[in-house]
Amino acid sequence: MIKKILKNEAFQSLFASLLCIILGVAIGYVVLLFINPTGAGEAIMEVLKNFMHYSKANLQLKNFGGTLVKTAPLIMCSLSILFAFKVGLFNIGAAGQYCVGICVSLYCALALGMGWVPCMLLAAVAGALYGAIVGLLKSYCNVNEVISGIMLNWIALYSTNMILTNVKEGTSPYTFHLSTDGPQAILPTMGLENLFAGNEKVTIALPLSILTAVLVLVVLEKTKFGFELKATGFNKNAAKYCGMAEKRNIIVTLMISGAIASLGASFLYLTDFEQWSCTSSAVPAMGFNGIAAAFLGGLNPIGTIFSSYFIQHITNGGAFVDKTMYCSQISDLISAIIIYLCGFVFFIKYMMNYVIDKNEERQALKAKAEAEAEAKTQEGGDK
Amino acid sequence: MENQYAIEMLHITKKFPGIIANDDITIQLKKGEIHALLGENGAGKSTLMSVLFGLYQAEEGIIKKDGKEVQIKNPNDANALGIGMVHQHFKLVECFTVLDNIIMGVEPNKFGFLQKKEARAKVLELSEKYGLHIDPDAYIEDITVGMQQRTEILKMLYRENEVLIFDEPTAVLTPQEIEELMQIMKNLAAEGKSILFISHKLNEIKAVADRCSVLRKGKYIGTVDTKDATIEELSAMMVGHNVNLHVQKEESVPREVVLDIENMTVASKMHKNNAVKGVSLKVHRGEVVCIAGIDGNGQTEFVYGLTGLEPLVDGKITLCGEDITKAPIRKRLLSGMSHIPEDRHKHGLVLDYPLDYNCVLQRYFEPEFTDKFGFLRKKNIRDYADKLIEQYDVRSGQGAITIARSMSGGNQQKAIVAREIDKNPELLIAVQPTRGLDVGAIEYIHKQIIAQRDAGKGVLLVSLELEEVMDVSDRILVMYEGEIVGELNPKTTTEDELGLYMAGAKRDEVKA
Ligand SMILES: Nc1ncnc2c1ncn2[C@@H]1O[C@H](COP(=O)(O)OP(=O)(O)OP(=O)(O)O)[C@@H](O)[C@H]1O
Ligand SMILES: [Mg+2]
Repeated sequence: MIKKILKNEAFQSLFASLLCIILGVAIGYVVLLFINPTGAGEAIMEVLKNFMHYSKANLQLKNFGGTLVKTAPLIMCSLSILFAFKVGLFNIGAAGQYCVGICVSLYCALALGMGWVPCMLLAAVAGALYGAIVGLLKSYCNVNEVISGIMLNWIALYSTNMILTNVKEGTSPYTFHLSTDGPQAILPTMGLENLFAGNEKVTIALPLSILTAVLVLVVLEKTKFGFELKATGFNKNAAKYCGMAEKRNIIVTLMISGAIASLGASFLYLTDFEQWSCTSSAVPAMGFNGIAAAFLGGLNPIGTIFSSYFIQHITNGGAFVDKTMYCSQISDLISAIIIYLCGFVFFIKYMMNYVIDKNEERQALKAKAEAEAEAKTQEGGDK
Repeated sequence: MENQYAIEMLHITKKFPGIIANDDITIQLKKGEIHALLGENGAGKSTLMSVLFGLYQAEEGIIKKDGKEVQIKNPNDANALGIGMVHQHFKLVECFTVLDNIIMGVEPNKFGFLQKKEARAKVLELSEKYGLHIDPDAYIEDITVGMQQRTEILKMLYRENEVLIFDEPTAVLTPQEIEELMQIMKNLAAEGKSILFISHKLNEIKAVADRCSVLRKGKYIGTVDTKDATIEELSAMMVGHNVNLHVQKEESVPREVVLDIENMTVASKMHKNNAVKGVSLKVHRGEVVCIAGIDGNGQTEFVYGLTGLEPLVDGKITLCGEDITKAPIRKRLLSGMSHIPEDRHKHGLVLDYPLDYNCVLQRYFEPEFTDKFGFLRKKNIRDYADKLIEQYDVRSGQGAITIARSMSGGNQQKAIVAREIDKNPELLIAVQPTRGLDVGAIEYIHKQIIAQRDAGKGVLLVSLELEEVMDVSDRILVMYEGEIVGELNPKTTTEDELGLYMAGAKRDEVKA
């Protein structure tokens, strides 16, 4: 019975994910111990507590909302990675496509004064086109999607910096606030703020991202489009043999993946939760965290909703670590450690199966040895 | 008394979800003997050998080597005990050279530096000694299956294994290569190596094996001395009833042309010359045309060009009166072309898809399987697969939901053949359709091919197997170095004459 549960796919995914989390936290704790032993326990608790840091229910809710605001784009990024992955592609370019999404949504909102709907849609289109570049390079020039993705990430970053300089204040590196310069582009809350103690940054982005997860699940599992895409991912020679347009499928997949990632960017930047710093010298981590979230979620679209929340939870929680004991980068370090261990889900699953098999074997051996011993004593008796 | 067995597998039981692949099986391999393992597709032969090679752990039973009980937990253990295996589907690294593949895992080194020279010398010596011709520097992806096979054998010999397992080694070889392999196996046995040999070809078993053990549906049926058993007896033992080893068919009545190929030229991936050089031929409705030839004479490229997997350099293809020279693959399939591919793992199946998805691989978009909103009708797909499974006796652990990868090689092949024939095509292109099938299944597939012919379809058969060529076809075209060098009538020609054409020793000017 227990063995059956242990061998169940879904259970294994869940168990492996949890184990990754525990391992990540433990290693994070050890690192903190090395840096400053006295505050380690407390610091790691802060990371895990996140908004529970506050004692007032009101503040807790408000900060919970804050975590959710950043969960929405992370869900989108991990869905973007997952979708491509199911078709056999590793879209590391999601980070760049996310960047393009930021650029287009902010530029449309601040410079062109567009409403939130066109901002979002244009961001999605731009992301799709940006993804298409990777796809075209892959299917017609046989360029590995990881290589072209990484290069395009940098191109996206610096182009974004350049373009958004047009919509920032003279002295500060940050773009204008939407609330003052583009209120028409702020995503509507549809009353969601009431659930989070008036936190108006919680917008329809959150339900939309969950909806996207469901949509991705349905497309992949239930439609002919998904059938074709997954077949291409598993075996592109067979896909070709069956007359599926395998080149087109690769391009379409990366377009969809790109659109999802850059839609994710508009889910964050159109809430006016953050401004873009035009002196950024690194691609936003969101796209890369999406990789960890996708794996932690067991490569299941619904799973990514929860894994994305968890990752965002500890990322935000990092901010509460006592900065008098640790330097200010510690929060990033700890969440990074946990996030990167999250990528080990599949390794842990593999190890689990290995251990189960080993155990079974040992039991079988033991039973056999016993049986033999018994046979021997009987033999002895006969003589 | 001295122990006479190299390997004993006693009361082995191995279960998979939904099936007992090996049910209390006992086989004993004598030292220096060639022991054949015979059984229908899915009988559990590969599984049993994988247990011996440490790829699977048996739930019950023990293995003895030279009379001593041993634990084989993984292929490394097997190797340490001197057990080597050539798998049914080769396990070579495509982008490595032959030499690299042979020495992989046991590379000779000094202080961590590769000593390739030594390895090469040893490999060449072995290849010389056993007549296993290879080019050590060729890449696996570029060489014929025959040479891949020899690479696998050299891999075992290089490791100085004394128990050699051959899982259907002859399924992918040409008659000449089979001949050679048989001789090599005999030499090895004479040297004292013990060999386990799986094959569906009874005449091969008769020719080389000393003893033969038969499995049926996971159970052990018995072991016989091959010299005492006739082919008929063996096949009856295997399937449980008598099998007709020759195809019964009526005279063919060719009707109008269904496929017309003019001057087809296809480039080669391996060398600068074209692989197919200006081939012209016609296939009529109601006839089976067979392309015979030794492997590597352009048959593969010819089929790729015809089915659209490779572009043509030159030429014209007309199917049912429609020019499809430049048509995409989907269009060709919809115009009534069916294709049983040569390589079932590369083209034929999506191994990670369940069997039912594989059954609709080219038809998933039809209204029967997809509704107008683009959603799959999973129930219809399942029902359709169940129908094919039933009709073609495709055996697997969990029926329609079995992942194709876990099915036995022969049953994977049956699934493909079922799918392609059931599409009810105008033109059936069958490349090695019975590769790896048991005699019962071969009989059934041949009947189906003839039935297609009698229903007025055109059949283009590409086969390396002389017996199949002579039995099934109505007209034989021999391909040699990318050209059609002879047209023969199977009723009037002999295997010897066919052999001369295939070897390029004889040729006619053939008009299409
Ligand atoms: N890894 C696996 N997981 C699940 N089922 C398996 C697995 N390997 C084999 N089986 C099942 O075990 C049965 C025996 O398979 P096996 O490959 O041993 O057959 P075989 O005798 O080699 O047949 P063939 O002649 O077709 O190669 C089949 O029904 C197959 O579906
Ligand atoms: Mg097999």
